[in-house]
Amino acid sequence: MGKLIIKEKEIAVPGELLAEGMDHLPGAGTYREGEMIVAGRLGLTYVDGRTIKLIPLSGVYIPKIRDIIICKVIDVSFSGWRLDTNGPYSAMLGMKDATSEYIARGADLTQYYDLEDYVVCGITNVTSQKLVDVTMKGPGLRKLTGGRVIEVDSNKVPRIIGKQGSMVTMVKQETDCSITVGQNGLVWILGKPANELLAIRTIRKIEKESHLSGLTDNIKKFLENEKSKLGGLK
Amino acid sequence: MSYSKRADGRKFDEMRKIEAKAGVIPNADGSAFFKIGNTGAYAAVYGPRNLYPRFLQNPKKGILRCHYNMMPFSGKGNRVRPGGSRRSKEISLVTGKALLPVLNLDEYPNSVVDVFIELPETEAGSRCAGICAASMALADAGLLMKDLVSAVSVGRVDDRLVIDLDAVEESYEEGPVADIPIAMMTNSDKITLLQMDGLVKKEQLMEVLEMAKKACKEVYDIQKQALKDKYKVEKQVAGEKNE
Amino acid sequence: MNENLRSHIIELFKSDLRIDGRKLTQYRPITVETGVIKMAEGSARVKIGETEVIVGVKVELGKPYPDMPDAGTIMVGAELLPLSSPNFELGPPSIEAIELARVVDRGIRESKTLDFKKLCIKKGEQVWILLIDICTINDAGNLPDASSLAALAALRDMRFPKVNGDTVNYQEKTNKKLDLKNSPIAVTVVKIGDKLIVDPSTEEKEALDARLTVASLEDGTLCAMQKGGDTALTAEDISKMVDLGLEKGKELRKLL
Repeated sequence: MGKLIIKEKEIAVPGELLAEGMDHLPGAGTYREGEMIVAGRLGLTYVDGRTIKLIPLSGVYIPKIRDIIICKVIDVSFSGWRLDTNGPYSAMLGMKDATSEYIARGADLTQYYDLEDYVVCGITNVTSQKLVDVTMKGPGLRKLTGGRVIEVDSNKVPRIIGKQGSMVTMVKQETDCSITVGQNGLVWILGKPANELLAIRTIRKIEKESHLSGLTDNIKKFLENEKSKLGGLK
Repeated sequence: MSYSKRADGRKFDEMRKIEAKAGVIPNADGSAFFKIGNTGAYAAVYGPRNLYPRFLQNPKKGILRCHYNMMPFSGKGNRVRPGGSRRSKEISLVTGKALLPVLNLDEYPNSVVDVFIELPETEAGSRCAGICAASMALADAGLLMKDLVSAVSVGRVDDRLVIDLDAVEESYEEGPVADIPIAMMTNSDKITLLQMDGLVKKEQLMEVLEMAKKACKEVYDIQKQALKDKYKVEKQVAGEKNE
Repeated sequence: MNENLRSHIIELFKSDLRIDGRKLTQYRPITVETGVIKMAEGSARVKIGETEVIVGVKVELGKPYPDMPDAGTIMVGAELLPLSSPNFELGPPSIEAIELARVVDRGIRESKTLDFKKLCIKKGEQVWILLIDICTINDAGNLPDASSLAALAALRDMRFPKVNGDTVNYQEKTNKKLDLKNSPIAVTVVKIGDKLIVDPSTEEKEALDARLTVASLEDGTLCAMQKGGDTALTAEDISKMVDLGLEKGKELRKLL
């Protein structure tokens, strides 16, 4: 008879025995060793039917196709831009994917996106060698002007966004800030100074408490408390 | 002559006091501190990150680089001159080899995982402490790893087989001594680091390897707990704030 | 320099706020621990926010310099360990590491807090050499202030080892401490736009126009300074920066 050794939503470390027997299946972040299912990384256990997987709690951003990410322009060449993805692999934005405008041959590309600019872009292709292509054509894809960009753990992004964007929508409304969350862990925030700082503190709190239950209620309470301390939004 | 009692009163199969903590260096992607007796080691992992110069890149998988270094004030005796020595280069090499078998770097082609090990205090067993810290830091960095690596030095002092030699035992002069640092993938009982200096018979070596297995298991439990605590502490802090 | 970041920082200054929510002349929380390294003759760990440094003092016996036959000496080294920041690299000390070591060195040396003549054992033949090493554990900005504070704390923590003839017996420490006459404290004041701040974070360091490290004594005497950054300062700027450095120096001195 197979048996689950570890409880659900517990932290497992590499090499830790998760389940015995053949009743369970190894999911992402785990592997089978004979009759056993063992943790193949540090993560939070999650049992989905017969499958046991580990949800990552840390780790750098590795690009995936269809991710929407925030990138910094780090180089401008003849034919496009090289972007920093906040991870080990840089992305290429080609001229034809850069804008719906017509760009003449030999045009100065910095007038579209200059060095150090931040852009929201979508990943269109990732090769096995991790060459990354991105596009700026699509809803919400744009250059970010003003505001500031902070870095969070990319593994916590799903919690920061929330179900159907519920969490980030609440933070936006409660702090009166514009916020864009990139799946690579860069977050852009624009708002009045005190509001911006409150939004950042809230996002940091979500990042830190992402694996706890009752997160939405906690964040809601936190925002109410902090706003009353500030004497309402300016 | 016979070695009947250890200088610091430990049992022959007893390690010095161990402390471990994960997530001690906020800048790093993963980090840990591991202390055994008076020997302490910090480890920080940066990566996977991009690797230059380009000719070092491996398009099939990421590479691992380890760097072991003693802080200038870390030794009892004269200052350790910064800049590394032949000894620290060799330890860097064997540390890398000790850690690589648990890592799966296939997902990170052309990149590098850098492991920096720094020792603020050393008094015997520093390479093993470094490996223990590094293994925790790699797990903390969220890398794909099939096991943790746990390390301890074992050996022989005169007619006794002992676990975790201290500085006095390493320089014992009244009989033969062998110092054998060992690192293991604890859950599969495989050995990833083995060095030896001194004099030992094969039978003693095999016996001492069995003792190492048991000790590494104890080390593993401490490493495991420290990693879990890092995230549990966050849980507690979160709980308190909400009340 | 990062222009976007700089203009954003200046924008926040208008509301008297910094990028991490601090007031302009507010330090992050500071902790000082001494005796943290058993192997060293003196040691200290200083944390300022997430910045952390360890300073250890080793003592050695040596020959005095020919031009100062009756004086011992100090040497300060700094290592910006690649463990402590993704921006630090392996290899010989970088120019930043050398500057850091020299700024800390001058603060201690020129304050005359140490009487080098008291480090002389036998004139012309044998003196104490104090080797002060700074190691960074995590760089989140403001290494000069953290390092200076840790160096002074480590010197205060130092105990001489026993001497057997010509060699040092590192196994045994005596109760003999260093005789320190005063406490030089370094405060780095940073100018961004037309505002002055203290204790710059990593981001503020990236965006600074100019910085001035001011080391001062209890009585308000200045003992060392170092101007950095790419833009020039007026005499009026310097006057304000020194005032701020003196004021904050008093606060930091209380932590020892």
